[in-house]
Amino acid sequence: MAKVTIDGIEVEVADGTTILNAARQIGGEVVPPAMCYYSSLKDTGGKCRVCLVKVTQGSAKDPRPMPKLVASCRTPVMDGMVVQNITSQEVLEARKGVVEFLLINHPLDCPICDQAGECDLQNLAYEHGAAKTRYEEDRRTFEKIDIGDKIKLHMTRCILCYRCTFVADQLTNERVHGVINRGDASEISTYIEKAVDNEFSGNMIDVCPVGALTDKTFRFKSRVWFTKPLDAHRNCDKCCGKVVLWTKGDDVLRVSARKDQYGEVKEYICNECRYDHKNMNDWTIEGPRHIDKHSVISQNHYEKIDMQKLKLDIERQIQFQKGKQLPETNQSPA
Amino acid sequence: MARLLEHINVPGINTFDVYRKHGGYKSVEKALKTMTPDEVTEEVKKSGLRGRGGAGFPAGMKWSFLDRKSDKPRYLVCNADESEPGTFKDRYLMEKIPHVLIEGMITSSYALGAKTSYIYVRGEYMYIIRILEKAIEEARANGFLGKNILGTDYSLELYVQPGGGAYICGEETALLESLEGKRGNPRLKPPFPAVAGLYASPTVVNNVETISAVCSIVNESGDEYAKIGVGKSTGTKLISASGHINKPGVYEIELGLPVEEFIYSDQYCGGIWKGRKLKAVVAGGSSVPILPAELILKTAKGEPRLMSYESLSDGGFATGTMLGSGGFIVMDETACIVRNLWTFTRFYHHESCGQCSPCREGTGWMEKVLHRIEHGHGHMEDIDLLVDVAKKIEGNTICPLGDAAAWPVASAIRHFREEFEYHVKYPEKVKNPKHFELEPFRSEKVLAGV
Repeated sequence: MAKVTIDGIEVEVADGTTILNAARQIGGEVVPPAMCYYSSLKDTGGKCRVCLVKVTQGSAKDPRPMPKLVASCRTPVMDGMVVQNITSQEVLEARKGVVEFLLINHPLDCPICDQAGECDLQNLAYEHGAAKTRYEEDRRTFEKIDIGDKIKLHMTRCILCYRCTFVADQLTNERVHGVINRGDASEISTYIEKAVDNEFSGNMIDVCPVGALTDKTFRFKSRVWFTKPLDAHRNCDKCCGKVVLWTKGDDVLRVSARKDQYGEVKEYICNECRYDHKNMNDWTIEGPRHIDKHSVISQNHYEKIDMQKLKLDIERQIQFQKGKQLPETNQSPA
Repeated sequence: MARLLEHINVPGINTFDVYRKHGGYKSVEKALKTMTPDEVTEEVKKSGLRGRGGAGFPAGMKWSFLDRKSDKPRYLVCNADESEPGTFKDRYLMEKIPHVLIEGMITSSYALGAKTSYIYVRGEYMYIIRILEKAIEEARANGFLGKNILGTDYSLELYVQPGGGAYICGEETALLESLEGKRGNPRLKPPFPAVAGLYASPTVVNNVETISAVCSIVNESGDEYAKIGVGKSTGTKLISASGHINKPGVYEIELGLPVEEFIYSDQYCGGIWKGRKLKAVVAGGSSVPILPAELILKTAKGEPRLMSYESLSDGGFATGTMLGSGGFIVMDETACIVRNLWTFTRFYHHESCGQCSPCREGTGWMEKVLHRIEHGHGHMEDIDLLVDVAKKIEGNTICPLGDAAAWPVASAIRHFREEFEYHVKYPEKVKNPKHFELEPFRSEKVLAGV
């Protein structure tokens, strides 16, 4: 076990835990954002640089600070480590810079993007970005390529997190797509425009933090905040069968895997569940899905407030403002 | 006294027989027959040899980090992916005396206990790959490579691997990825290559010149080698001198040579060409900060600047630079700093691997802004924008390429801001690409007649 202090809050975690996961055990404001790290996919992380944190004390044994900001998603904690995230101006500056870098070549076509409303980049930019751009050059464009009949690739929106390549490597038998070219000309592509066609390839859509990979069967059907998410399951011999149905009236517009509060899928679903069962009768409905009240999707969706939890949240917030150690809360994943 | 280039002018020195006649492969004999691997490592440590690839990390220390307890095979990889603009010393060395590298590889591999070693050569150096392969064949035919070298129980296989011509593959972890046959993206550290490098085995990656220097260290002992040079900068260094000088080329200098002597002495660069004045120097390859003439000849404290790791970095980045890989680029008074900087930035934009966001997006952004300023379409805000973008890239990337792209921009604006302002204020005057050749840049005060 290692004791680590993040923004003044002490937490004890297992050896080998990364700083990001230690922060997630604390929860709340001290959790660094992550655009490329994905806890259920091995070797992800370290690329987007939005999770940079400052290590002011390396460990109890070697209290020297680390010379540079480190990627919290790939840096393991040491006993006695002291980390600054939102309490360090340097970290916030660097993060603001990274968000700006991610946005300079992003087309900002949110009004016509299917991901809008559930986009990690939108959330990140809202939280850490500047209101104005300083970039006056042309944004980069790519030649459009078709990667199959189920998944739509918008390369201009891609932030090159490499998550989809890890999905293909780790969930499917054979990876037929990857990153080609170099530098800012890098793009996701398939071997000579081969179609991405595999039982679990649809999970690429769920892990994509932006609208670069979207569901062709849901394309332009509805804005996500007009749909009603329902937890549902079916007996599937290929996957867990636990999904979210995005419905409008009795129509199932889209099926996706369930994501936790950090936008990560823990249980991946197969393409059959995702694309071939767009009928309410195929599913056992468990009930409406809990959507974080800050999300735009929760607009006009009312649910009963857990007064106990709300009280704890407020107490936590007050104590955090005073700079005290936060009490343990039962923050259940959404 | 020359160490590496001592016999450079001997005809046929690129062949085994001539090289052997001039004292070649002595270090292999000495190491394998009279020394243990640890003793060789100890000599390298004593010599104070610092990595010649750019970062200047002590080579002996790097060797001692190698995980010797692991039961995995150990590897030595020679980094011959020399692609830093302004640096061409390794090419010269490998082309003229390939055997000094082979000899260094055998001795170093023995010290590290490597049974297989690789020389990773950049793709553009195809003819050098042929030279090296011929040299390896000659060494093998004479019993210096293969099974039971010189009758001892030490065996070594040495391979030459061509790269694809990417600058990023000169970064040690990207080089290892490329050597494994993958896309040359730098790895996140830790783990360091000394623990998990090539094929997840303990690996040491050293520059061509570093490995070649091991020969003379073993021959004449580490303590003797440490006597050359100044302070912690020991030994000799190859400097690739280029730019507006009378005698561009590769020179072997003893570290501690005054910069002024290096530029103006007839033994080395031979002064600035066409009798012009010195304007600026990039002392260690395109990625180190650029320094104006007054700061390259004398430090901020007024002491003469020496060609050594410490003296060149005296004053930090505010008034200093780095020795880097020894790519010494000299600019005379007609050089346009903005144009040169744009060229450098264009290179980093082209060579960024695209893995992490600040470098992928930031290098392109800086290039576009510099392109605008250089061609007379800049605004005054652009100058501060460049400084800010460089600051946001520096230190926030996976590998040092981000830093290498940011430092030249930050330093050029730090020392030559007036020139950037001139470009913005007088767009008509900079339309001609050779604008400062017609009329060398004068500061605003001169222009205004003050």
